[in-house]
Amino acid sequence: MSFFEGAYAIWLRELKTYVREKERIISGLISPLIWLLGFGFGLGSSVSVSGTRYDQFIFPGILTMTVLFASMFYGIYILWDRKQDYLKAVLVAPISRSALFTGKLIGGVSEAMVEAVLLLIIGYFLGFQPTLAGAILALLVLTLISVCMTALGLLVGAKLSTPEGFQLVISILIWPLFIFSGALFPLSNLPSWLSLLTQLNPLTYGVDAVRGALIGQAAFPLYIDIAALLVFAAAVIYAGILSFGDLQQEK
Amino acid sequence: MPIISTSKLTKRYGQLAAVSNLTLSIEEGEIFGLLGPNGAGKTTTLSMLATLRSPTSGSAKVNGYDISKQRNEVRQSIGMVFQGTSTDDLLTARENLEIHAMLYSVPSDIRKKRIDELLALVELTDRANDLVKHFSGGMKQRLQIVRGLLHHPRVLFLDEPTLGLDPQTRAHVWKYIERVAKEEKITVILTTHYMEEAESLCNRIAIIDHGKIAVLDTPTNLKKKVGSDMVKFVSNNADAKKIKSLKFVRKIEQKGDSYLIKLDEVSKNLASLLKSAGNVSSVEVRPVNLSDVFIHYTGHEMRDEEEGGGWQGWER
Ligand SMILES: Nc1ncnc2c1ncn2[C@@H]1O[C@H](COP(=O)(O)OP(=O)(O)OP(=O)(O)O)[C@@H](O)[C@H]1O
Ligand SMILES: [Mg+2]
Repeated sequence: MSFFEGAYAIWLRELKTYVREKERIISGLISPLIWLLGFGFGLGSSVSVSGTRYDQFIFPGILTMTVLFASMFYGIYILWDRKQDYLKAVLVAPISRSALFTGKLIGGVSEAMVEAVLLLIIGYFLGFQPTLAGAILALLVLTLISVCMTALGLLVGAKLSTPEGFQLVISILIWPLFIFSGALFPLSNLPSWLSLLTQLNPLTYGVDAVRGALIGQAAFPLYIDIAALLVFAAAVIYAGILSFGDLQQEK
Repeated sequence: MPIISTSKLTKRYGQLAAVSNLTLSIEEGEIFGLLGPNGAGKTTTLSMLATLRSPTSGSAKVNGYDISKQRNEVRQSIGMVFQGTSTDDLLTARENLEIHAMLYSVPSDIRKKRIDELLALVELTDRANDLVKHFSGGMKQRLQIVRGLLHHPRVLFLDEPTLGLDPQTRAHVWKYIERVAKEEKITVILTTHYMEEAESLCNRIAIIDHGKIAVLDTPTNLKKKVGSDMVKFVSNNADAKKIKSLKFVRKIEQKGDSYLIKLDEVSKNLASLLKSAGNVSSVEVRPVNLSDVFIHYTGHEMRDEEEGGGWQGWER
């Protein structure tokens, strides 16, 4: 069927481009490692939360952050493609906007997950050693988080026309998503306004599930986390596919 | 039935009419040229026909399909080569073609054969596995042209196919366009602002300026309508009366030993003209060219021409 073939073609292209740009792979790992080394180990030796050393506590948060950044910033490649005119050649092909969106989405998720796996491996040698089942569950949840955030990044990329605008909008979105997600602090005993903010933030549920999987400390039951992520994913995917329709034909 | 027909096709951007009431029809097998300066509306016209931009008003059919209502069918019927390169630099030539073949649902069993055939057509076979980022501008352009042909489209749109290429490479790309049109038996619509490109490639040309067609005809007819060719020669014993009486001569001007003759179809008639010209010590020929046509129909020179195109001539 041409939906799958179209989406597969787009994904294949993304993947080939990704593996040929080594910088792209490495650059995604640098800031999480700095966070981990500085924040985690810096505070970890003297601070612990809910009985867990702080470095162990934020490792799931940093992992989620890696996926968050890789996924959201993936949307910027739409703008590069557009600048290079490459995108036009794809847009004029007789494939549906949903196939196009799906191909891009899976491309972005694949890239983010490569980063996540690499960080899990590096983490293992730095002393973060979850159970195998925990690691697999965490990767599954991270995949779902990546679907949400890649779709959001693609939506922003399709709506904006300059890389500068994209950077701006993404920064405005990405920092509150990250900071108010419980990636850096536990969700218990927060002031009520902050507690509300975190509960409205879809990423909170992602971080919670990843932390539950890796170190067994979750604030919500897993099914609530997954349900919240699924609802958010459905909403952004829907909006994203619509935005790709405008890409395919300018008004 | 024409392969493309438009009716009052219009695209407005605010106040600006980028394309205004364009009505034309293009027959199957033509190489049709849209000739116009920067901003004339060429890309906008092609984009509408290729369903990439929606018209403000008016309608068009490509291969029998309505560009607004049957977008997927139109897209399946056309190949498009964009202004500027739109190849994927980090893929090889073959990968570029493979991915596009998938996007166009070219069946996988004929895919490889088709790609080999097209690579050979534009003489890129031995570079098939090189990354496109190492290609020259001309090679990328050739790759783009065949990429538009993978799925056997009925119509190939080429938006300024030789922009930014040196004159030699340009002539090279022309050769490929002609070859492709002949071997693939398709209709080609190209835009250009190079006079000699339109003249050497196209069966018919629409001169477009400020979004409107100023005139549409074959290159020969366009030139015929506008005026005559000119011959300048120097001779000390020309028979001016005899020359005047030749039926293809329109006008003769004399300055000492120099003669300026305006005539029809210089390529055919030069020999008989020179028979009456006595001992000719020098001859210069200036056929009418599309540049004259352009000025005639738009009232101004074409902006943005490249120097050394070989068409600038004596002033008229
Ligand atoms: N997206 C747009 N928004 C506003 N104006 C536009 C847009 N696209 C084109 N125009 C305007 O429409 C007119 C026609 O543009 P178009 O790109 O079709 O010209 P062109 O003939 O292809 O020129 P060139 O030779 O430079 O490629 C120009 O005046 C241009 O500024
Ligand atoms: Mg143009």
